[in-house]
Amino acid sequence: MAITSIKNLKEFSTANERFEGAHLLCPGCAHSMIVRELMNCTDDNLVIASNTGCLEVSTAVYPYTSWDTSWIHIGFENAATAASGAEAMYKARKRKGTLKDPDAPVKFVAFGGDGSTYDIGFQWLSGAMERGHDFTYICLDNENYANTGGQRSSATPIGANTTTAQAGRVSYGKKEKKKDMVAIMAAHGAPYVAQLAPNKWKIMAKGFQKALETEGPCFINTVSACTTEWKFDPKDTIHLTDLATDTLMFPIYEIIDGHELNILYRPKNIIPVEEYLAAQGRYKHLFKPENKHVIEQIQKDIDAKWEYLQRREEARV
Amino acid sequence: MSRGVLATEKRGMRELGAEEHVGWDEVTQGTLLPSFEKDVDAAHVRPEERPYSDFNSYTATVASWRVIKPVYNRDICIDCQNCWVWCPDTSIVSRDKQMLGIDYDHCKGCGVCVEVCPTNPKSLLMFGESEETEAALAKWPEKKKKAK
Repeated sequence: MAITSIKNLKEFSTANERFEGAHLLCPGCAHSMIVRELMNCTDDNLVIASNTGCLEVSTAVYPYTSWDTSWIHIGFENAATAASGAEAMYKARKRKGTLKDPDAPVKFVAFGGDGSTYDIGFQWLSGAMERGHDFTYICLDNENYANTGGQRSSATPIGANTTTAQAGRVSYGKKEKKKDMVAIMAAHGAPYVAQLAPNKWKIMAKGFQKALETEGPCFINTVSACTTEWKFDPKDTIHLTDLATDTLMFPIYEIIDGHELNILYRPKNIIPVEEYLAAQGRYKHLFKPENKHVIEQIQKDIDAKWEYLQRREEARV
Repeated sequence: MSRGVLATEKRGMRELGAEEHVGWDEVTQGTLLPSFEKDVDAAHVRPEERPYSDFNSYTATVASWRVIKPVYNRDICIDCQNCWVWCPDTSIVSRDKQMLGIDYDHCKGCGVCVEVCPTNPKSLLMFGESEETEAALAKWPEKKKKAK
């Protein structure tokens, strides 16, 4: 197995970087932290496909590329299709014996933002999962269409102020709840589905390695704090992700074979969600007296979800 | 001639956007940009030994984005590599489990490295872009006592 075992951060830091600097992602963007970690946690050859989104437009600004591996971009919705097509081609050529180096380990990875995963590329992703290609799909979930100015997506949580679901006198922002993509992907019967966060680098690296090793379609939802649209200081990216995981806004867990749920991180002290909301400009309006009920609603939803996850884990079904 | 790990020959030689632009109707559809001049398995080759092509963004710089920059103090650093794992711009240079310094061609000055630094006082601090490294190091704060 070419994947290096990662025991501690010092050992991890000996990896040879394959994601180059001078990409145009915002300072403090969590996208590149996640992508770097994926590319550093394996030595295998990678074939990466990207949906249109922040990651794609920033890392392939003509005439530059920031990728030291094979990288494909086609359209907004079809990174899953491109990766599964490349994988099918690879398998066929392996069978026919026309590969230059048939023993070299190759892994297929697709990246998409939450807009292209939850909304626009949903059908394509679902198709690729159902066909059972051997690839890993990683969703960089920043909860809005950050590339085009912060429109709402179906990953935007209730109460967030976005450019197409604005908070003001009559509205408190987005009124609908966030779609549970992890559960939907688990319902496809995928062998490995997880929700991970970059602040817990070891859990994330292990999750990535597990997904790459697992044969079949794997889905990983990663929390990617967006300094521009969530409206916080770029230096606080990791602090904010800490708040997201410790308030259980983003619980970290995995689902194996569509049923076996494991919680990967249990915060020692569960922080009330107010602290997470107060750290971001997009929730500022929720602290007005007339919007207090939204915060209560969010807290109630989080508690119910955590209760559900714990009982699912206990039940082993 | 190689300029060492922190400043290799090709790194950051061009300002982004300084290249000649072509109109939207002149761009070739379906472009292939090779990252390297010849076939290389990047997973097993150190950045300073790779044959980067001019298309690789490694050869570009975003230094002009910065208004504040992180300054690194080797004397306090414990090589925990927190800054390395969370740097979004591949700008912390580590070799053989040791932190060597900051890649100022690709650093955008976000300040994440300073926030995640666990030492007391921090071994990375943000200073104004025009501040000289020696002057910044001379201003380094003393160890803070823990509030009881």
